[in-house]
Amino acid sequence: MSTATVRVGVGRMVRRLGGHGWLFRVCLGVLVVFVAVALLAPWLAPQDPTVGDFADTMAGPSAQHWLGTDQGGHDTFSALLEGARTSLLGPLGVVAFSSVGGIAVGLFSGWRGGRVDAVISRVLDVLFAFPSLLLAILAVALFGKGLGAPVLAMAVAYLPYTARLVRGLTAQEKTRPYIAAYLVQGHAPAYVAVRGLLPNIAATVLAQSTVNFGYALLDLAALSFLGLGVQPPTPDWGAMINRAQSAVLAGQPLSAVVPVMAVVVAVLAFNVVGERLGERGTR
Amino acid sequence: MSLALAVLRRLAGTAVTLLVTSFLVYSSLYLAPGDPVSFLVRGRSPSPAELASIRRQFGFDQPFLLRYWHWLDAVLHGDFGRSYLFHQSVGAVIWSRLPSSLLLVAVATVLIAVVGIGAGALGALRRGTRTDGAVLLLVTVGAAVPSFAAAIVLRSVLGVKLGWFPTIGNGSGLLDRLRHVVLPAIALSVTFMALVTRVTRSAMLDQLGREHVEVALSRGTPRFAVLRRHVFRNALGPIVTVSGLLVSGMLVSTAIVETAFGMSGIGSLLVQCVDELDFQVVQALVLLVVAAFVVVNTLVDLVYPLIDPRVARRAGGVR
Repeated sequence: MSTATVRVGVGRMVRRLGGHGWLFRVCLGVLVVFVAVALLAPWLAPQDPTVGDFADTMAGPSAQHWLGTDQGGHDTFSALLEGARTSLLGPLGVVAFSSVGGIAVGLFSGWRGGRVDAVISRVLDVLFAFPSLLLAILAVALFGKGLGAPVLAMAVAYLPYTARLVRGLTAQEKTRPYIAAYLVQGHAPAYVAVRGLLPNIAATVLAQSTVNFGYALLDLAALSFLGLGVQPPTPDWGAMINRAQSAVLAGQPLSAVVPVMAVVVAVLAFNVVGERLGERGTR
Repeated sequence: MSLALAVLRRLAGTAVTLLVTSFLVYSSLYLAPGDPVSFLVRGRSPSPAELASIRRQFGFDQPFLLRYWHWLDAVLHGDFGRSYLFHQSVGAVIWSRLPSSLLLVAVATVLIAVVGIGAGALGALRRGTRTDGAVLLLVTVGAAVPSFAAAIVLRSVLGVKLGWFPTIGNGSGLLDRLRHVVLPAIALSVTFMALVTRVTRSAMLDQLGREHVEVALSRGTPRFAVLRRHVFRNALGPIVTVSGLLVSGMLVSTAIVETAFGMSGIGSLLVQCVDELDFQVVQALVLLVVAAFVVVNTLVDLVYPLIDPRVARRAGGVR
């Protein structure tokens, strides 16, 4: 694709979404804030979200509790800040494992081609049949509640997406002259694949990993919402929503709406940033 | 003749996939820490007779592959083992909860089809306008709204605040059941609606730009006829292709939605059985969802040539 067509494409996107540029920048800013909050949470949180004040439950926003309290009297604002840690750490694990595994499998499969490629593709097809949340639930059934087993299970569920992408890109990129030039110079194929080819497809893979991060966050929040993931008193957005359900029925939904918004905004930001990175990567 | 061969080949592929997935689901039991028998009866105090029956049922003295074969044979005959939580067969437990989940999924499917395809088509036909921009914005936001988020908001606003819909349970009688299922079905469909809208929009845009559409329009064929016969029909392929993903995704998401609305169904059953350590029910439900995905995908592949005869010719011609 020539630069001219890319410019036309981006220009159209800008007009269509009322400025894709600023949306991208806002979302990137949101992600930076979220990460900063997760890193600094213990120093930022005004109160200890694991300690509830039973004299002050389901309170509205006030000077003492900026976003009110839940039905256990925990400060929602502090729980939101501290919850960012587990809520972002889990998806980070999923994306790290699935990206490394997916890149390795995809690169090997696309590079080798032929029968090995066909067999690996069939195996990936089978893995596609297992939805990530279902695999995470199965992992909890086998190994117990918590984050460890579901994160690994979801890494397995996300691996095929990265692997298939990397495989396709590798098969395409392998036919380029520079690869042949590397090989003629006597470099080992593994070296050429990792040091020569991989950097050229890295942008697109990074975009896929960013989108995966958003969906992994969503799945893990769902798992904690079901009471099968992060366990109280550890603050986590999904677990917060789970606990706040009685407050919703009592007509005080604030302690549920706050973590819901956090999840939606985070996933939205990861999707927008990932897709924009993907557009750049295809240049 | 060659088409029949392609169909047979596809069915054989499906059988192999089902065999492999069932093997994975079965052997997952052996990943669990400790010995399988004590894992299955965790948290309960079974009588020696029950323990003996479990050992017999699983045949733990036999080789692994033979055990798998016996299990598969039983599953194919509808025997998924025994639920230690409900003291019933797993099949009976799932069967009693399946109808309410199917109602939920069916209502959600109608919503997804009507709104998703409608909004996608609208966006494609009004390309570049404000309407299209709104559709795109809804797609972006909708894809990021998980079903538990939609459930909380719907329940809080339409259920608790306005009192238009019940907030808990399944209801009884047809009308009451439908009233109970409205909010959960909306919550279930949001994410998938966004997906279908996006796929419909891009598939229709792709078709609208084709030469044969322009030719048909320039020859004076009525616009609606062109849209129906040439644009929508050809765009249907990509839309139908995502249905496997939709079915398995929705079945898993019933766990979230049914839990959020306190409904009884296979989703809440899955969560309950993970919570109360009833592994055989979990195993059967996982198998059910995965099989649904594989079977729907096969159906899509088999129906595809009817929608788009070029596929059939290609499949018959090249292979």
